[in-house]
Amino acid sequence: MGNYFTFPDLLIWLPLLAGFFCFFAKEEKSARLTAIVFSLLILGVSIATLFFTNDTKYLNYNNVNYIWLKYLGANYYIGLDSTGRMLTLLTATVFPLILIATSKTTIKNAASYFGLIMLTQAGLMGVFMALDALTFYFFWELALIPVYFLCSKWGGESRIQATFKFFVYTFAGSLLMLIGIIYVYLHTGTKGFEDGVIVNHSFSLASFYNANLSATEQNWLFVLFFIAFAIKMPIFPFHTWQPDAYDQSPTSVTMILSGVMVKMGLFGLLRWLMPVFPSGVIHYKNIVIILSIIGVVYASFIAMMQDNIKKLIAYSSIAHIGLMCAAIFAMNQIAVQGALIQMFNHGINIVGMWIVVEIIERQTGVKKISQLSGLASTAPVLTIFLVIIAFANIALPLTNAFTGEFLMFSGLYNYNKWFAAIAGLGIILSAVYTLNMIQKVFFGSTNAVTAEVKDISLNEKIVLMIIVGIIFFIGVYPQPLIELTKDAVNNLLVRVK
Amino acid sequence: MNNILQLVWLIPLLPLVGFVINGLGRKSLSKNLSGIIGSAVVLASFVLSTLVFMQVKSGTTASLQYFNFLELSKLKVAFDFKIDQLSSLFLLIITGVGFLIHVYSTAYMHDEDGKDFAKYFAYLNLFVFSMLLLVMGGNYLIMFIGWEGVGLCSYLLIGYWFRNTDYTDAAKKAFVMNRIGDLGFLLALFWLIAKVGTLQFDEVFSSASLAKLSIKDITGITLLMFVGATGKSAQIPLYTWLPDAMAGPTPVSALIHAATMVTAGIYMIARSNALFSLAPLTQTVITVIGLATALLAASIAIKQNDIKKVLAYSTVSQLGFMFLALGTGNYVAAIFHVMTHAFFKALMFLGSGSVIHAMGGEQDIRKMGGLHKHMKITSITFFIGCLAISGIPGFSGFFSKDEILSGVFSHNVVLYSLALFAALLTAFYMFRLYIVTFTGSFRGTHDQEHHLHESPKAMTIPLIILAVLSIVGGYVGVPEALGGHHELALYLTPVVKSAEHHLTHGTEYTLMVVSTFLVLISILFSWLKFRNYKIEADAKGFGKILQNKWYVDDIYQLLIVRPLQNVAGFLNKIVESKIIDGAVNGVGKLINYGSRQMRWLQSGQVGAYVLLMVIGMLILFFIQLFL
Repeated sequence: MGNYFTFPDLLIWLPLLAGFFCFFAKEEKSARLTAIVFSLLILGVSIATLFFTNDTKYLNYNNVNYIWLKYLGANYYIGLDSTGRMLTLLTATVFPLILIATSKTTIKNAASYFGLIMLTQAGLMGVFMALDALTFYFFWELALIPVYFLCSKWGGESRIQATFKFFVYTFAGSLLMLIGIIYVYLHTGTKGFEDGVIVNHSFSLASFYNANLSATEQNWLFVLFFIAFAIKMPIFPFHTWQPDAYDQSPTSVTMILSGVMVKMGLFGLLRWLMPVFPSGVIHYKNIVIILSIIGVVYASFIAMMQDNIKKLIAYSSIAHIGLMCAAIFAMNQIAVQGALIQMFNHGINIVGMWIVVEIIERQTGVKKISQLSGLASTAPVLTIFLVIIAFANIALPLTNAFTGEFLMFSGLYNYNKWFAAIAGLGIILSAVYTLNMIQKVFFGSTNAVTAEVKDISLNEKIVLMIIVGIIFFIGVYPQPLIELTKDAVNNLLVRVK
Repeated sequence: MNNILQLVWLIPLLPLVGFVINGLGRKSLSKNLSGIIGSAVVLASFVLSTLVFMQVKSGTTASLQYFNFLELSKLKVAFDFKIDQLSSLFLLIITGVGFLIHVYSTAYMHDEDGKDFAKYFAYLNLFVFSMLLLVMGGNYLIMFIGWEGVGLCSYLLIGYWFRNTDYTDAAKKAFVMNRIGDLGFLLALFWLIAKVGTLQFDEVFSSASLAKLSIKDITGITLLMFVGATGKSAQIPLYTWLPDAMAGPTPVSALIHAATMVTAGIYMIARSNALFSLAPLTQTVITVIGLATALLAASIAIKQNDIKKVLAYSTVSQLGFMFLALGTGNYVAAIFHVMTHAFFKALMFLGSGSVIHAMGGEQDIRKMGGLHKHMKITSITFFIGCLAISGIPGFSGFFSKDEILSGVFSHNVVLYSLALFAALLTAFYMFRLYIVTFTGSFRGTHDQEHHLHESPKAMTIPLIILAVLSIVGGYVGVPEALGGHHELALYLTPVVKSAEHHLTHGTEYTLMVVSTFLVLISILFSWLKFRNYKIEADAKGFGKILQNKWYVDDIYQLLIVRPLQNVAGFLNKIVESKIIDGAVNGVGKLINYGSRQMRWLQSGQVGAYVLLMVIGMLILFFIQLFL
C-alpha cells in the first residue's frame, strides 16, 4: 500500500486550495494575488519534484495511494514518472507566466475567474499524475469543466457557439473513453487490491497494463480511447473545435488550452493508450501516423490563409501537435524522445506567442492581420520578442523547438522516409505563414490602428524574458530535458514492443 | 604550442558578444562606439584566426569537444569544433573580409539612427557568428545550426529597412528558398543517422561508415545535400532569392555574396568530398547544374541596369563555376575560387556601394557615367576587380578560373567550351558595367553631379586592401605549368585530394593562351559597344527575355506559388469549413433535430406512455421468443 501523503501530492491540493481561496476573495486584486502567489508556490513544489526521483522504482516512488471507492477497486492513486514530472513542471511554469503576463487585463467577476483557473490547474496536475483510470477520468473532466465556464462567461462575441462546440466535442470523446475504461476494468484481474476487501476488478494502472484483452478487443478499445485523445490534441480531422475555441476564449484560457491542455491528449497516448493496447497500436499505427502527417501539411496550408492571427496560431499548433503524434506512433527511441521534449517546448513557445497577441489585441482591439501594420516602429521591444518566439516556433536551431523537431523527424525517417519527407513540407510552410504574419503585422509603415501602440510594460517584459531565456537555454543545451524523460521513453517502448 | 587551438571557441564567441552588446545597448551606445565594438570583435576573431591558421599550417589540427549537444542511445552529437586546413582557411576569409565590410559599414551606414545603426552591427556580428559556427562545426548538426543561422541573418539584414514591403518580400523569399534547400539537407542528415548512426565528420568519413553505405545511399544522401547547397549557394532552381537579396544595405550584399552565406554550399560539399567522390551520378548533376547556372546567370547579367543586380547575377554565375569545379572533382579549385571571388566580389560590391553613396542612392547605371573623374579610388579599385573576375593573367581570378577550366577540359571538351563561353560573357558584362558607370559623360541630374564625391577613408581603405588582395590573392595557387607549386593545394591535401592531372604543361599553356586571348577580345568588344553609351530604349526580342531574367520568377509564380495558394484557398474555404467542420456541425444539427423529433415521446400524456410500454413489452417478448 502506498502512502497517504507525499509532497508531490501538493501539486494537486495547492491549486485546489488556491481556487477555493479565490472564490471567496472580495476584490479582483486579492483574487489575482492569491492565484499568483499560489502558482509560484506550486512552481516551487514542481521544481522540488525534479530532485526527488528514483527511476529504478519508476512509478512506485513518492506516490500516494488510498482507497477511494472501496468496492469498485478504485483508488485515489497518484504518482510521478519522468513524463509526469516534465508535464507538471510545464503546467507549473506556464500558470504563473500567464497570470503575471495578463495582470494588466481587467476582469469582471475576478473571484470566480481566478478560482476556475486554479481549479483547471488542479485538474491538469491530476491528469498528469493519476495512476488509476478512474482518478484519471475524474481529473480529465475536472480540467475540462472550469474551462467550459471560463470560455462561456469571459469569452469573445461568438463564445457561446464556440464553447458549446468545444464542450460537446471533447465531452463526447471523453464518454467514449469512459466506456473504454469500464470495459477494460471489467477485464482486469483480481489481484490489484490488497486491503482485505475482495474486489474482482481494479482501475489501477498496473492492472490495466495486465488486463486480459484479445487483439480484437484491443483494436476497438484503441479506437474509443484514441478518438478521445485525438479530439483533445487535436488531430486531423478532429480539430475543427480548436480554432474557434482559441479565438473566442479569453487569452489566458487560450494559453492554458494550447500550452498545457492539448498535452493531455498526447500524454493520454503515452500513459493510457499505447501501453494498455499494444496490439491495437500495432494495428492502427500507420493510419494514425498518416492522419497526423496529413494534419501537419493540411493545417500549415490553412494557416497560410488565415487573416485572424489567433486562428493562424491555432492552425500552426495543430500542425505541430500532429507531428508529435506521428512521432509518438513511429515508436522508436529518437522519435518518441523528440516528441516528449517537444511537448514541453511547444507549451512554452505557444504561450509566448499568445502573450504577444494578447498585448497587441489589448492595445489595438484588432486581431486581423490585414488591419495591422508597422508595429516594429511603435513597439520595437515587443517585435524583438515576437521574432525570437516565432522563430523558435518554426524550430530554428539554437532555439528549444529545434532539437525536438530534429529528433522527431529523424525518428520518423527511421520509421518511413516518405513520411518524414512529406511531414517535412511543414518546415517550409511554417516558415511561409510565420514570415507572412511577421511582415504584415510588424513590418511596413504604421497605420491608424497601430500608430498609438505603446511598447510593452515591465511585467510583460519579465515574462517574455523568462520565456526567451527558456527557449535559448533548452536550445543551446537540450541534454538535461532529454535526460529528464529518457527513462519514460524506454519504459514505454519496452511495454509496447 | 597547442595553446592557440584551445582558444578557438573565442573566434565565434567574440562576434556573438558583439551581437549581444550592440543588441542590448542599442539605445545607449553612441554610433561610434557600436561601430567600433562591432568591428573590433571581428578584428579580434581575425587575429585569432590568423594565429590558428599559422598553427594549422605548421601541421597541427584539432577536434575540440565542449559538451554533449544531444545524446540518446546510439546517437551522440557533441557540440564540437573541427579545426583543420579547410576550416581554418575559411575562418580567415570570413573574419578577414568580414572585418573590412564592418569597417566600411561604419561610414556607409552613418546616416542611420543610432538605434538602427547598433541593430545593424548586431545583425552583422550575428551573421559572422553563424558563418563561423557553420565552418567550425565538427559534425553536420553544428554545421546545420550555422547553416540556418546565416539564413536567419540574411533574412534580418535583407529586410533591414523593414518599412519597405518590397524589401521584406525579398527577405522572406530568401528565407523560404533557403528553407526549401534546408529540408533537403535535413533529409540527408536523417538518412545518414539511419544508416551510420552518427553525424560526426570523422566518423562519417571513416572507411567503416562508408562501407555501411550502398551506392544508392551515397547517391541519395549527396543529392539531398546538394539540394541544400542549391538553396544556400544560389544555384538552379533555388537561385532567385540572391538577386533580390540586394534589397539589404550594400555592405550586407558584400557580406552575403563574398565572405559568408553563399560559400556555405561550396564549403559543405568540399567538407563532404569523401562522400561526393563516391557518387558519380551526383557529381554529374552538380556539374550540369553548375554550368547551367553559370551560363544562365551570366546571360541575365548582360542586360541588367541596376549596378547591384549585375553584380548579384555575376555572383550566381561565379558560384556556378565553383560547382562546376566541385562536380568535376576539382575541390581545390572550387575552394581557391571561393577565396579569390571573396576578394574581388567584396571589392566590387563595396565599390558599388561607394558609387551608390556618391549618387545619393541611385543604382541605375543608365543614369551614371563618367564617374571615374569624381571618384578615382573607387574607379581604379573597381577596375582591378573587373580584371580579376575576367581572369586577366596576373590577377587572382586568372589562376582560380584557369584551374577550374583546365579541370573541366580534362573531363570533357564540350563542357569546357560552354564554361569558357560563360567566362567570356563574364568579361563582357563586367566591362559593360565598368564602362557605362565610370567612363563617358555623366547622365544623371545636375544635383547629383554636383554632389558626386569620393567616399570617406573608412570606405576607400577597405577597397584598396581588397584590390591588393584581388591582385595577389591568386599567387597562393600558381600552377606548376607556370613554375609555381600551388601552395594552396599542398596546404589542403590532408582534407581534400587535388584533382589528378591529366594535362601536359603544353596543353595547359595552350588553354591559358586561348582563354586569355578570347577574354581580351570580349573586353574589346564590350568597349567598342559601350564606350559611347547612350540610354537605350527598352530591349526587344531576345534582349527583353534576358532583361526579364528569362521570366524565371514569373514562371515560378505561375507554376508553383499560385497553384499552392489555390490549393490552400481550396482547403481553407471548401474542405475545412464546408466538409470537415460541416460534417461536425451536421452531426450536431442532426442530434438537435433528432431530439426535437423525439420530444413527442415525452408528451406527458399517460395514454401515450402506456402505448409505448406495451410496444416495448411486445418487442421484448418477440426477442425472447425468437432468440
